[in-house]
Formats: sequence, structure tokens, C-alpha cells
Amino acid sequence: MLSDEAKKEIETELRQYEQKQAGSVEALKIVQRRHGWVSDQHLRDVAEMLEMSLEELDGVATFYNLIFRRPVGRHAILLCDSVSCWIMGYDRLYQHLQNRLGIGLGETSKDNRFTLLPTCCLGDCNHAPVMMVDEDLHRDLDPEKVDEILGRYQ
Amino acid sequence: MTGKSMATPLTQNIIPDREPLDITQYQQAGGYQALRKAIKELTPEEIQQAVTDSKLRGRGGAGFPTGMKWSFIPMGDDAPHPKYLVANADEMEPGTFKDRLLMENDPHQLIEAMIVSSYATQADVAYIFLRDEYKLAAHCLKQAAQEAHGQGFLGKHILGSGFSLEFHIHTSAGRYICGEETALLTSLEGKRAIPRQKPPYPQASGLWGKPTVVNNVETLCNVPHIINYGAEWYHNLSHSEDGGTKLYGASGRVKQPGCWELPMGTTIREILEEYAGGMRAGYLFRGLLPGGASTDFLVEEHLDVPMDFDSIMEAGSRMGTGGMIILDDKTCPVGMVLNLERFFAQESCGWCTPCRDGLPWVAHILQAIEEGRGQMEDLEILEMHTQFLGPGKTFCMHAPGAMEPLQSALKYFREDFERHIREQHCPWRN
Ligand SMILES: Cc1cc2nc3c(=O)[nH]c(=O)nc-3n(C[C@H](O)[C@H](O)[C@H](O)COP(=O)(O)O)c2cc1C
Ligand code: SF4
Ligand code: FES
Repeated sequence: MLSDEAKKEIETELRQYEQKQAGSVEALKIVQRRHGWVSDQHLRDVAEMLEMSLEELDGVATFYNLIFRRPVGRHAILLCDSVSCWIMGYDRLYQHLQNRLGIGLGETSKDNRFTLLPTCCLGDCNHAPVMMVDEDLHRDLDPEKVDEILGRYQ
Repeated sequence: MTGKSMATPLTQNIIPDREPLDITQYQQAGGYQALRKAIKELTPEEIQQAVTDSKLRGRGGAGFPTGMKWSFIPMGDDAPHPKYLVANADEMEPGTFKDRLLMENDPHQLIEAMIVSSYATQADVAYIFLRDEYKLAAHCLKQAAQEAHGQGFLGKHILGSGFSLEFHIHTSAGRYICGEETALLTSLEGKRAIPRQKPPYPQASGLWGKPTVVNNVETLCNVPHIINYGAEWYHNLSHSEDGGTKLYGASGRVKQPGCWELPMGTTIREILEEYAGGMRAGYLFRGLLPGGASTDFLVEEHLDVPMDFDSIMEAGSRMGTGGMIILDDKTCPVGMVLNLERFFAQESCGWCTPCRDGLPWVAHILQAIEEGRGQMEDLEILEMHTQFLGPGKTFCMHAPGAMEPLQSALKYFREDFERHIREQHCPWRN
């Protein structure tokens, strides 16, 4: 079930939009912020609030890569795999993260601390290679720096 | 404005690592003068004319003349309402990081630009469509919008005039295709971001079927300066036929990767050598994508070409976003094209078959070649795809854009492709 706070927040947001459906992405993001991901039950609840069919809302939820339809770890690592980061050492970073966390792309570490996800260019190519952890951008990375950064997220 | 800031109007208020100007400081620096002038002294038509005269062309990639784009918006009493103005702040073209710079470091400039542009097109509602990863930009813009509301620059009866503007910041949730302007509008309506057929163009039938202008962030940021100092001044900032300055970027193995506002038409060589500092020690230049992932490679012989829309087109590429990605001699060109095509395959919206099925096939073949399993016939299959997925064959420009780096790589780096196939391994790997 959606928490009351999530419901209230969605209702407030929806007032901003000219049509309820226009708030679909925002509503899903609210659910995700509060519950970590969007479960089938959450999806049903939001569809009802938006007066959308479940299928249509799931179509939206699965289209956008930053909406998670499966559980994720406490922290999401978005590792940029686009061209400038690839030139500047993406492979080495990915290898390193794989070794450190014991997971590949799309997977969650056993201790549920991190989910590792690939992402398109983060618009910080002059500081390649880069990654985001949750809401924070980390730039000019090398394996040593990655270790130090991971330590900050428990 | 004086001296250097006259030459670089868009970045005049930007000092790296300093907080952006708040509304008081921004006004002390001359901000919101263009808004006052627009609303008090100019008609929407006069502003549209000034933008046309300035020869401003869109900075989102296609380079469409902005004044002409606006001229297709129905004006006058019979025009359908509400009308919309949308700032395209989806910036996801690999190698591009200019809109981020403008939004994080001078958010009021974009907001003022959007109010003036909305007035010029008589829009009732303005949206910023912002990619979700730009958290700092979202924060800066929200704060700036709140300040602008507080001063009566947004909302009802702006500066006591008859003009009102509702303003929203919409943060998205990923997917490159959202940057395509019709997919962006579909996404704003809360649906899967599938592009729409053109025509009708958004100016005639856009958001919820109403007249809509979609402009790139950098494009819009030029508008207040054109209003303040005039079309002729603006046009003269440029070294070329297109008006104004341009935010050029460089990434890859150059000494100082970065983003600089320079006269439109500055040569590639000058940007690479004087601003990016040349290649890093131990690396040689082999080629570059001049304006993001979806532009054709250029090579050594093109270094003296001016970076403006027509000159880069004549050289066989596109200026795109002006975000240059540099290929060095220690990076495998086949590997680079494989990275690009994987990106395009993954980011296809899946609506039309040639793109949905063709791009993964292209990526698959490139992977085989890169891993030393390729055949000479594969090069022909790749070349065929550059035709099958070219302009006019797919529903939107995503697939044709994807073919640009491929077709030019097959031309300029053919020997490297053939060597992978002959030697059955990547020469850049041990
Ligand atoms: C696949 C694709 C992605 C695009 N992404 C962006 C983008 O992220 N930002 C942008 O401003 N324009 C992008 N564009 C271009 C827009 O469709 C549109 O031309 C632009 O926003 C118009 O603004 P302008 O006239 O000010 O350049 C993209 C185009 C395509 C085909
Ligand atoms: S060309 Fe690709 S991205 Fe564009 S509509 Fe077709 S499938 Fe979608
Ligand atoms: S390619 Fe990684 S930030 Fe642009």
C-alpha cells in the first residue's frame, strides 16, 4: 500500500498539472523516493489516483530507466558508459566496481548496499569518467577514488 | 556590459565554483532589463523580428533559424490558447555539457529568456523539461523561479502589464529520446516518450494539441541579449553568417577538457589548441565528432574548418551541439563506434522497425569485428545499414543520427576496420 504521506504528496503535485496523467512520471518518482522502488501494488494505487489503466501506467513506468520496477539496494550507482567516459577509462572503472561489489550491471550487492546501473552521458564529459551515487555526482574518477567514495555510502 | 562580457554575453555572469547570482545581484548585473524593455517598449512581433534579424539558429542540434520557428506560431485574437513555450533541458547527447553550465551557473538568465520568449510568442504557460540527473540545475532553477515570482516577473500581470505566464519545471526520468522535441511533448503529457509525426509541427499542434515552441536552453539564453543590444550587435559577435556566440565543448584526451563561449565560426583548430590545450602528452589526434555522438567524424584535414552550421555541413558533418569528442591514437576507432552504436541501440524508443531492429544488428556486427570475429562482408552490411537507417527511412531522426558516426568511420578509419578482420583481433588490445 502507498503510505499516506506518498498519497498526499502525489495529490499536491497533481494540482500543478493540467491533466492527471501528465503527473504520472512525477507520481512514480514520489513513490520511488519514499519506498525505494515501484511495486505492482504501488502501481495499482497510483493508476487509480491518476485515473489511468494499470497497463498504460506500467507502460510509462517501464519506459523510463530511472523508474525502478524491481527492488534496488540502499544506494543506486549510475555509471556513465557513454563515449567520452568510455574513452577516459570506463572499462577500468567497471572492472573495479565488479570486483569490489561482486556484481555486474543491473545487479544488487548481497548486503543490499548497492545496485549498479549503466547510464547515458551525465553531461559532465569534461570530467570523465563519472558516476552518480544516489543524487551525488562524482567526477574525474579512478579506482582509488571510487573506493574512497563507496565508503561514504553505508 | 563591457569588454570581455560584451564578447561573451551568455557566460558573463559565470565564474566557476561561485554560487550563481541571486535575483538582486543578477539585476545589478543588468538582468531583467530585457524583460522590462520587451514588455514596456516592444510588441511580440518586434521581438520576433529582432530574433530573425539576429540570425540566431537553434543550439539543440539541428540549427533551425529561431525567428522562423517562432513565426509559425499562430498569433492574434484567433490563435488557439493556451499556447506553450518549452525549454528543452534534456541534454543527453553524449559529449554535450553546455546547458548544464548555463543552468547551474546563471539560472536567472534562462528564466528571463523564457519570459521574454513567451511574451514574444504570446505563450500562456512555460515549461522547463529537465533531465532528472541534473539535480543541482533543478535546485538552482527552482530557487530562481521562486525569486522571480516574488518580484512579479512570473505569474499574473507581469510588471503590471496584461501579460501573464504560468511557469513549471518538469523533471524527467531518463531516456535520450525525450530530447527529440515531439517525444518530449508526449513525455510531458505523461506518456511513453514516442516521437510524433511531423507535420503537424509543434508550433501548430504541440502540447495537448495546442501551439507550442520547443527551444534548446542555449538558444533561449541568447534572446535577452538580442533585446538589450540589438540584432546587429548580436550578429556581429560571430565570425560567420550565423549570428552570435556558441558554447563549444571538448572532451577526450585533450589537456584541458571544457566548455567555452566563443564567436560562432571559431575554427576547430583554435578551439582544440588554444582552449582545450591540445592533445595530452603521449597522445596524437586522429579525429573528432564535432557536435555530440550523432555527428559524422571529421579528421586532420578539417581542422581549419570554422565551427558554424554551414561550414561543418560542407565538410561533411554537422555542428550538432558543438560538443566535440576527440579520438586519439591510443583509442580504437572500432571500439568507439561500437560504444556509440550500443548507445543508440539501447536508446531507440522502439516505435519503428528499422531503428528498433537495425541498430542492435549494427551493434552486434561491430562487436563481432571488434572481438576479431568479423568478416569483410560485414563492412558491406554496415554500409547497407547506413542507407536503410538514413534520413527519411525512420519515424524520427534518432536512427539517421546514429548512422552519421558509423558512415564516416567506415570512410576515414576503414583500414582499422579491415585490420581487425584480417588479424582477427583488436590491434589496440594485447
Ligand atoms: C534523438 C534526438 C535527441 C535530441 N535531444 C535533444 C536534447 O537533449 N536537447 C535539445 O535541446 N535538443 C535535442 N534534440 C533536438 C530537438 O528535437 C529540437 O530540434 C530542439 O530542441 C529544438 O531547439 P532549437 O531550435 O532551439 O535547437 C534531439 C533530437 C533528436 C532527434
Ligand atoms: S527512429 Fe528510433 S527513436 Fe525514432 S521513432 Fe523510430 S524507433 Fe523511435
Ligand atoms: S560521456 Fe560520461 S558524462 Fe558524458
